[in-house]
Amino acid sequence: MGRTMGLAGLVLGLVVVPAVLVSTNLRHGGLRAEAEPEPPGWELVADPVPEDSLWPLPQWVRTYPRQLQLAPSRFQMVHGAGSSAGPGCGLLQDAFRRYYEYMFGHSRRRTWGRRPLAARGEPELFQLQVVIEAGDPGCDGHPHLSSSEAYHLTVTEPVAVLKASEVWGALRGLETFSQLVHEDDYGSFLVNESEINDFPRFAHRGVLLDTSRHYLPLKSILTNLDAMAFNKFNVLHWHIVDDQSFPYQSIYFPELSDKGAYSSNLIYTPTDVRLVIEYARLRGIRVIPEFDTPGHTQSWGKGQKDLLTPCYNGGQPSGSFGPINPVWNTTYDFMAKFLKEISSVFPDEFIHLGGDEVDFTCWKSNPEVKEFMKKQGFGTDYAKLESYYVQNILDIVSSYNKGQMVWQEVFDHKAQLKPDTVVQVWMANNYAHELSRVTGAGLTAVLSAPWYLDYISYGQDWKKYYTVEPLNFPGSEKQKKLLIGGEACLWGEFVDATNLTPRLWPRASAVGERLWSSSNVTNLQDAYKRLTNHRCRMLRRGIAAEPVFVGYCAHEARGP
Amino acid sequence: PCTKLLVYVSTPGCNGFPSLDSKESCKCLGWEWEGTWLFLCSTVPLPLDLGRYYINETEIVDFPRFPHRGLLLDTSRHYLPLRAILETLDVMAYNKFNVFHWHIVDDPSFPYESSTFPELSKQGAFNAMTHVYTASDVQTVIEYARLRGIRVIAEFDTPGHTLSWGPGAPGLLTPCYMGKAPSGVYGPINPIVNSTYQFVTRLFQEVSAVFPDFFLHLGGDEVDFTCWQSNPEIRAFMTKRGFGEDYKKLESFYIQRLLDIVSSLDKGYIVWQEVFDNDVKLRPDTIIHVWKENRLEYVKEMANVTRSGYRALLSAPWYLNRISYGQDWIEAYRVEPLNFEGSPEQKALVIGGEACMWGEYVDVTNLTPRLWPRAGAVAERLWSNETVRDLEDAYTRLAEFRCTLLGRGVQAQPLYIGYCDHEFGGA
Repeated sequence: MGRTMGLAGLVLGLVVVPAVLVSTNLRHGGLRAEAEPEPPGWELVADPVPEDSLWPLPQWVRTYPRQLQLAPSRFQMVHGAGSSAGPGCGLLQDAFRRYYEYMFGHSRRRTWGRRPLAARGEPELFQLQVVIEAGDPGCDGHPHLSSSEAYHLTVTEPVAVLKASEVWGALRGLETFSQLVHEDDYGSFLVNESEINDFPRFAHRGVLLDTSRHYLPLKSILTNLDAMAFNKFNVLHWHIVDDQSFPYQSIYFPELSDKGAYSSNLIYTPTDVRLVIEYARLRGIRVIPEFDTPGHTQSWGKGQKDLLTPCYNGGQPSGSFGPINPVWNTTYDFMAKFLKEISSVFPDEFIHLGGDEVDFTCWKSNPEVKEFMKKQGFGTDYAKLESYYVQNILDIVSSYNKGQMVWQEVFDHKAQLKPDTVVQVWMANNYAHELSRVTGAGLTAVLSAPWYLDYISYGQDWKKYYTVEPLNFPGSEKQKKLLIGGEACLWGEFVDATNLTPRLWPRASAVGERLWSSSNVTNLQDAYKRLTNHRCRMLRRGIAAEPVFVGYCAHEARGP
Repeated sequence: PCTKLLVYVSTPGCNGFPSLDSKESCKCLGWEWEGTWLFLCSTVPLPLDLGRYYINETEIVDFPRFPHRGLLLDTSRHYLPLRAILETLDVMAYNKFNVFHWHIVDDPSFPYESSTFPELSKQGAFNAMTHVYTASDVQTVIEYARLRGIRVIAEFDTPGHTLSWGPGAPGLLTPCYMGKAPSGVYGPINPIVNSTYQFVTRLFQEVSAVFPDFFLHLGGDEVDFTCWQSNPEIRAFMTKRGFGEDYKKLESFYIQRLLDIVSSLDKGYIVWQEVFDNDVKLRPDTIIHVWKENRLEYVKEMANVTRSGYRALLSAPWYLNRISYGQDWIEAYRVEPLNFEGSPEQKALVIGGEACMWGEYVDVTNLTPRLWPRAGAVAERLWSNETVRDLEDAYTRLAEFRCTLLGRGVQAQPLYIGYCDHEFGGA
């Protein structure tokens, strides 16, 4: 009596005690106080074990009560018959090893041997066969915006089958499969028979990291890529340089980081960059670099003379500098050469060119700029000058066969954009209307405005990120198709490796599900349960994700 | 290069424990002698006849403004592994904090392994094998703290905040009623049965022996009367005692008996402000802990508490668990504990304050970056002179101090944009 009663009292008593504690579920894996309506298409599993709950929720899941056992010493992930990918597919081989480790890593039962399974009656699941169906699986390529991430997973004895068009879908399916496998109280590995049909709702699901306001060591970036893969994110938007520091070591212009980085060891060498790109690729994550201009470029001026606009004070140069100087030819010579390097270093088809928050004050003070304005007939509309600059940059980047992403100001200030330019909407005020405007103009959009995760606040703020409905803006069906996804942004003013992981996770997970799962997956109580379980899973996999609310995980973080 | 730090101590107390009355003042002199620097620190003035090469280059005279400078950790909402507590004690020492307020148990879990009542943690911990503090753990914390001049004040918060006590102590909590029948839900400790006071006596006998500090924190906050009101036996008791409908009187009844029990164990006590607000009859040496904050209501509370002659501890503006975007250390730093209407005698009753890190959203994954360097702002406010308020200077020193913490292996988060010579390598 004592324990169960006490737990019921514990859970329900929290409803009684006001003020500090508001709880829907406080014990991980514990008592369910209320009955919940089953989602359609589900069959009620006899005794739902929360540890196999999924995040993000797949498009279509059918789970059966029958369970299968896995023996770590025997279970294998293999290429199935008919797959266009085989043992030569390094990406999948790497993924097999990685997911084996996630599933059985902490188990002590991994030694080779033919010991029979513990006294459970369930049949054994021997294999997960992975079948890539497209002619070209994409093993050695990079993921694209248009890559297929769909997969079909059947878990039944004696062999589970994961089918996907391309390897990117297989990666997503492996993640889901690894979430289905759970350990019981006796250390046995079980999985429920299930069938899953899944694909992402949005094709662009990103996380922005800022390595200029604070340098982020490589380890931090790589750990974050792991966490992104657990949440099915597929874009790392690397805001690599900005006003405060220039850590990117350029091959053509080494002075940029020599003079612009915080210090000589706080840089990303070409090897570092390659490592990030490859580490991401193996997880089906695109790396879109952002070299934000013409504003946000103070650090560029340290290593590149005569790039930034000299500001004037009463007819004389004041000694301070403003945005990139748009009137000099040398500016475009430099940018052309620099962007050529970027285009070859970063394999993604897109480069983010920034274009946000350009402060016109310095331009207005500079006599050459003023002269140029007159000559071009821009009058006093400096937005036209900004657009002039941006258009030139877009042309340069197009000539390198790269697509461009820009912040919304570039669109707002009426620059002439290419039809496939992607506009990132970030200003929180009335962003739904901005989405209407951007898509109404026939342009593709990515949403970040409601997902600035650097804006921390007290309490369960994951809920406000989760309840965003990206397509809630006035527009036609055609327009809505132009919203290709979103990005959770973690700007770096107050963030570095000491607090990045707990600040990003699991809050970004809420964004991850909103971008992957179906639009009708909105139940907060269910999300809370799955999210707390998912957070414990991330802890087990070495991600120091912070708690969602009061409670505990069976395997706590290792700590300092 | 400085080759020697000579430390002179007047009354050592090496094997004792720090207390509220401990002397924490020190005077340091530095001078150059034969090409090297010597520093000499003493707790008493020394005769300074030390030789021909004496040059008075540096002089530091230091002592804390307030004697009680604390940090609260909550190990009930989330269990904190021992190493997290020990690391926190280290950083507290770097910041000259001298009280570790251990809010050890609460509603969600009871991790304290009691020798008198082992069922409390067996039934009340999140996991009785792993998420507990053994007697050895507790002694480790107390000794680790002592070696750093830090007092450990344990808080066993009653009669509210006790849901986790219920499973291991049947009959302790009040059964709530729905109409005529028990609802199955429990409320605060039941104040009308003798068994409660027997239990409390035995528990606090143990706690008093385990924790050497003179003071215990007895809690007394946020008692929800709803459950008591629903219980017919309690209602009968209220009538018999003539308390009417004023459940504050019932709370008083409990607290007074609790205070008597604890006094008889030769311990002093600290209580949350509700105990004072609800007119409980208190002993004059009670310390009131002011925590409620809603548009500076704490300023009035500090005046009221001290006007009634009680000593006060301030926490209200220093709830570090309440995070927000930006440099919120500044608000913590700007607080002036003695900014309330009162006589100098009243102000002398403010013995200090505590930064609180409640655990609803905090565990070992985010404790250290959330605590430091923000708690440093509170540390300086409680140690340094009240005239030390310049924000720009504070920023410079605190940012540098944060880099020092990084160098000492502490995962303190950044104050603002920038970098340290030794960055954190990444977890």
